[in-house]
Amino acid sequence: MIRVEELWKSLGGQEVLRGVSFELQPGEFTALIGLSGCGKSLLLKHLVGLLKPDRGRVWLGGQEVGKASAKQLEFLRSRIGFVFQGGALFDSMTVYDNVAFPLREKTSLGEADIRCKVEEELELVGLRDASKKFPAQLSGGMLKRVALARALVRDPEIVLIDEPTTGLDPVVSRAVLELFGSVHERLKLTGILVSHEIPRIFEIVQRVAMLHEGRIIAMDTPERFCASPDPVVQQFVDGSSVGQCVSPARVPNRVPSRRDALTCSTAQPTFLTRGKCRV
Amino acid sequence: MGAAATAALGGLGRTGVFLGQTLFCCLTPPIKGARVLKQIWFIGWKSMLVIVLTGTFTGMVLALQSFPTLRRVGSEALLGPLVALALLRELGPVLTALMVTGRAGSAIAAEIGIMRTTEQTDALELMGLNPLRYVVVPNLLAAMVALPLLTAVFDVVGTWGGYLVGVRLLGLDGGTYFGEISNHAEMKDVLGGVYKALTFGLLIAWVCCYKGYYSRFGAEGVSAATTQAVVNTSVLILVWDYFVTSVVF
Repeated sequence: MIRVEELWKSLGGQEVLRGVSFELQPGEFTALIGLSGCGKSLLLKHLVGLLKPDRGRVWLGGQEVGKASAKQLEFLRSRIGFVFQGGALFDSMTVYDNVAFPLREKTSLGEADIRCKVEEELELVGLRDASKKFPAQLSGGMLKRVALARALVRDPEIVLIDEPTTGLDPVVSRAVLELFGSVHERLKLTGILVSHEIPRIFEIVQRVAMLHEGRIIAMDTPERFCASPDPVVQQFVDGSSVGQCVSPARVPNRVPSRRDALTCSTAQPTFLTRGKCRV
Repeated sequence: MGAAATAALGGLGRTGVFLGQTLFCCLTPPIKGARVLKQIWFIGWKSMLVIVLTGTFTGMVLALQSFPTLRRVGSEALLGPLVALALLRELGPVLTALMVTGRAGSAIAAEIGIMRTTEQTDALELMGLNPLRYVVVPNLLAAMVALPLLTAVFDVVGTWGGYLVGVRLLGLDGGTYFGEISNHAEMKDVLGGVYKALTFGLLIAWVCCYKGYYSRFGAEGVSAATTQAVVNTSVLILVWDYFVTSVVF
């Protein structure tokens, strides 16, 4: 359903994606995790053709995105629901108009059918009462849910969701993740969910992929992913600030502390040293 | 030096491509009629008050400044043509364009800049809608419709302002004021002003949309884009006015 082959991309002279390759089967919901700024959002934008890679290829449903004509790209995109990190809702429109917008612009449905469909989607995300509000009047969690409703309104086969829980409190972020999980369960969509919500994210996805230093370094079921011997994966799963994934020395503008001197060498795998490094 | 020249040339090329793509979208369907009407309302109707005020006072001050000089040479009867021709040929189109740039052009640049920053234009693209067609084209068409209309309003209220000062305040005969206007003003003067207003409309929408569309990210980027949009458009209006005047009149 989605295949990425040796994707390379540089931004401002820095190589962000350095040969990303992976494949997703139909109906598979995959979490994409990785450090902030490692290129997850960039990767998602390549999948839908918003950005062109320096090298490498992307296939969506058998069609190579880079070689698709404008018409083919439009058709491909009509099969995709994309939830942007900030929601990307049109701030001059109400919630109802935001969700109705793709139907009004790209289908021949009448207003009555559009109303029915929009109300169904808003019901699904639990926001039917907020239909007359403007995006500026919504909380962070509500914005994400409206964005999901808009992404789903044209019945896509693929959903790409970029950090849906960023900036939300634990209760709301859990509710949003559960909503995504239940939507996937119900609609059997193929999807990628970029998130830092570990381990909660593991409950709703079939596979987990980790992007690190421009490559997918691990991709497996949540259980096998957590059991991975890779020290970088382990550090990320544990949420430790010390290890090969990121170490105090690599955090910019950080003032070195006495604790750093007592911490194990970052060259040493964290999983081997865990328990010995406590200060 | 070389790098700066290359960057400047690159910027000019991008600006030209942006206009070319926008004009192509203007000439090929579908045109978002509702968006065009909304922008005519925004650029045109919402600028009306400021145009009426500036137009009236421009005509008034023009009459007030010219009348003593004209009286000195015994030509006060020509006050009407002086005010009307200055408004029709120059002040009407130029001042209207400058006012619209400050009021609507800055808002257009900021709105498009924010749409870019918040990925709203990416969302449009993913829905299969061309952001140029949806966001830029309506502004361009609306500005080209609104500017000539606003200029006409400016000319009328400016002439009326001149009448207020010249006739009501300084004692010139009302019949002379309007009679001399009809003797001296020609259709060429009216059309010249309309052509100018049309091209100013295109210029305002082009530069302001371009600056917003290619603004840097973040509040600072949008703020810089808005400032550049207003300054560049204002300067270009005055430069372009000289060339249009030399061709049309």
